[in-house]
Amino acid sequence: MIGNVLRWLNDPDNWNGTQFTTGIWAQLQTHLLYSVIAVLAALVIGLPLGLAIGHTGRATSLISGLNAVRALPTVGVLVLLVVIIAPHFHGRTSKGYIIPTLIVLILLAVPPILSNTYAGVQNVDPAVRDAAYGMGMTGPQVLWRVELPNSLPLIFSGLRSATLQVIATATIAAYVTLGGLGRFIYDGLAQQDYPQMISGGVLVAALALIADLVLALVQRYTVSRGLTKRFSKSTVGGAVAADLEEAGVEHT
Amino acid sequence: MIRFDHVTKRYPDGTVAVDGLTLEAPTGRITVFVGPSGCGKTTSLRMVNRMIEPTSGTITIDDRDVTSLPPHELRRTIGYVIQHAGLFPHRTVIDNVATVPFLLGTDKKQARARAAELLERVGLPAHFARRYPAQLSGGQQQRVGVARALAADPPVMLMDEPFSAVDPVVREQLQDQFLQLQEELGKTIVFVTHDIDEAIKLGDQIAVMAVGGHLAQLSSPADLLARPIDAFVAGFVGRDRGYRALGFARGAALPTTPEPTVRFGERVPPGGLEEWTLVVDDTDQPQGWLRSGPSGSPPGSPIDDAALFRGGTLATQGGSLRAALDACLSSPSGRGVVVDGDGRLEGTVHLDAVTDLIASRERAEVTGGADG
Ligand SMILES: Nc1ncnc2c1ncn2[C@@H]1O[C@H](COP(=O)(O)OP(=O)(O)OP(=O)(O)O)[C@@H](O)[C@H]1O
Ligand SMILES: [Mg+2]
Repeated sequence: MIGNVLRWLNDPDNWNGTQFTTGIWAQLQTHLLYSVIAVLAALVIGLPLGLAIGHTGRATSLISGLNAVRALPTVGVLVLLVVIIAPHFHGRTSKGYIIPTLIVLILLAVPPILSNTYAGVQNVDPAVRDAAYGMGMTGPQVLWRVELPNSLPLIFSGLRSATLQVIATATIAAYVTLGGLGRFIYDGLAQQDYPQMISGGVLVAALALIADLVLALVQRYTVSRGLTKRFSKSTVGGAVAADLEEAGVEHT
Repeated sequence: MIRFDHVTKRYPDGTVAVDGLTLEAPTGRITVFVGPSGCGKTTSLRMVNRMIEPTSGTITIDDRDVTSLPPHELRRTIGYVIQHAGLFPHRTVIDNVATVPFLLGTDKKQARARAAELLERVGLPAHFARRYPAQLSGGQQQRVGVARALAADPPVMLMDEPFSAVDPVVREQLQDQFLQLQEELGKTIVFVTHDIDEAIKLGDQIAVMAVGGHLAQLSSPADLLARPIDAFVAGFVGRDRGYRALGFARGAALPTTPEPTVRFGERVPPGGLEEWTLVVDDTDQPQGWLRSGPSGSPPGSPIDDAALFRGGTLATQGGSLRAALDACLSSPSGRGVVVDGDGRLEGTVHLDAVTDLIASRERAEVTGGADG
C-alpha cells in the first residue's frame, strides 16, 4: 500500500495534471488560496476584536459565545450555506460554492484567534499595565506598546492552531464541487483509488506542517526575546561573570 | 510642594479609603506615608498622579491643580515606582528606562544615552542595558524601576513600597543608595511603606495613617518617636522607640580619650600589650581589636586578620547617640571607638559618658527643649 502511495506521489502526471485531470500543483494552489483568504479574514476580524475586548474588558461574553461556534458540524453548516447562497448565483460561476466554503473556514478560524488574543491581553501582568499608565501612556499607547507585544506569544499560538484547522478543513471545498487537495481524497474515495486518497491526506498534512513551520519562523522574529526567554549568548554569558562581580560589590 | 486639601476617596462599594486628608509634602523632601495594611496609603499616593480620582478635595503640585492637565501629560512629569517594579518584559532594560523620554518624543539615541547614565547612577553596570527584565534579580529590577522613574527628570516622585519585595540585606542597600541619590537630586518625593523602620530611616516627614484613611500624625521622625500623639501611633511606632529615637539625637560632642594603637600588619611588641588594643591601618582607620595576654596573641605574633576582633561598630564624632551607644556596647574592650568625618580614629568613649549625655539630653527635653 505504501508503495502504491509513493508511486502515485512520484508520478509527474499527477503533479502537473493531464488534459482530463487537474494536477497536484494546481490543487495545492487552490487549497492554499482558500486557506490564506480564510485565515487572513479571520485575523482581520479576530485580532482587533480580541484586542479591543481585552483592553476595555467589555463584551467579554462575546468570547464564550463565539467559542460555541466551534461546536457546529462543519459539513452541515457548509451544506446549509450552499443551499441558502448558491441559488443567488447564476451561470458559469462557482461563487455560490466558494463563498459558503470561505464562510465556514472563517467561522472555524475566528474563535482560536479571538480568544487567544483576548487571553493574551488579559494575561498582561497588572503591575505592568499599571506602570504603563503610570508612566503617562495613553490608552492606545498601552495597547500598542505594551499589551499587544506581550500578547504575541498567545496570539501566535491561536493563529497557528487556526491555520492548522483551516488547512485540514479546506478539504471540504471538494465536497461542494470545488478544487483543493480535498479533490484527491473525495475522488479517490469515489473511485476506490486508495493510493490517490491517501496521497491527498498526506499532502494536506504536509501543507499544514509547512505552514506551521513558516508561522513558527515568523513568530520567532516577531516576539520579543524578553518574553520567549531565549536570551542571546552574549548577554547570558556576560551575565554570569557580571553577576559574580556584582555580588562581590553588593555584599561588601 | 504637593498639597492635599481635604481629600476624600470613597470607592463605589462604599469603602472610605482616604478620609479628609490634608497635608503638604514639601519640595525637595521625602514625605513617607506609613500605616497598617488597608489604611489608604496607596490610594492617597495614586490620587497624586490621577491613577485614582478623589471623590472630593483637591491635590495641587506647586499650586497647580493636578486636574488641570490630562492624566497622561501629568503622569509624564511625575516619576512612579511600584512594588514589583512593573518593568515591561518585552523591552530591554535600557528601553524600559527610556520609556518616558520615548513618549515625550526625545530622540532615541539621546534618550538611550541618558538611560545608560541613569542605570549607572542607580548602581547597575553598563552591560545590564541590553538584558531583559526576566534576566534580573528582584533588587536589580527595582533599581531599573527607579531609573525609569527618573528618566525624564521629573520634579516629583511617587514610590509605592518600592523596596518591600526584596530581602533585608538588599533592601538596606537600596535604601542607602536611594538616600544618596536623593541627596544629589533633591526630588519632591512621596514614599509609601508599611514598615515604620523604613519610614524613620528615609522620611524627612512622616504621615502616619490609621485604618479608615485618617491622618493620625504628621511629624519629623524624631518627633514621631519622642512624642507619639495617641495610643494608636505609639503602638504602631513600636516598642524600642526610645532606643531608635537616639538615632536622631545629636548630643554634645562625645568626650573621647586618646587610645593607644598598633598597626595592622606589624607584630605584637616583645613587652606585650594591654588586654585589648585597638588596631589601625596606615591611614589611622580603626580595623578592630587585638587581644593580648594568656588567651590572646603572644608577643612577636603577627597582627593580621586571624588575630583581629572586628565585631565593634564605629561612632562618628557629630553622629547620633545611638551609634555612640552601639559602639560602646559592641566593643569587646567596652570602649567605643570614635572616628572623625574621614573615618580616622579620634579616640574612644566610655559607656558611662554616653549614658550621661543621653540622660542630660532627656532632662533638657523634659524641661521643654526640643532637638533637631
Ligand atoms: N478598587 C477598590 N475598590 C474598593 N475598595 C478598594 C479598592 N482599592 C482599595 N480599596 C480599599 O481601600 C482601602 C485602602 O486601600 P489601599 O490600597 O489604599 O491601602 P494601603 O494602605 O495601600 O494598604 P497596603 O499596605 O495593604 O498596600 C482598603 O480597605 C481597600 O480594601
Ligand atoms: Mg498599598
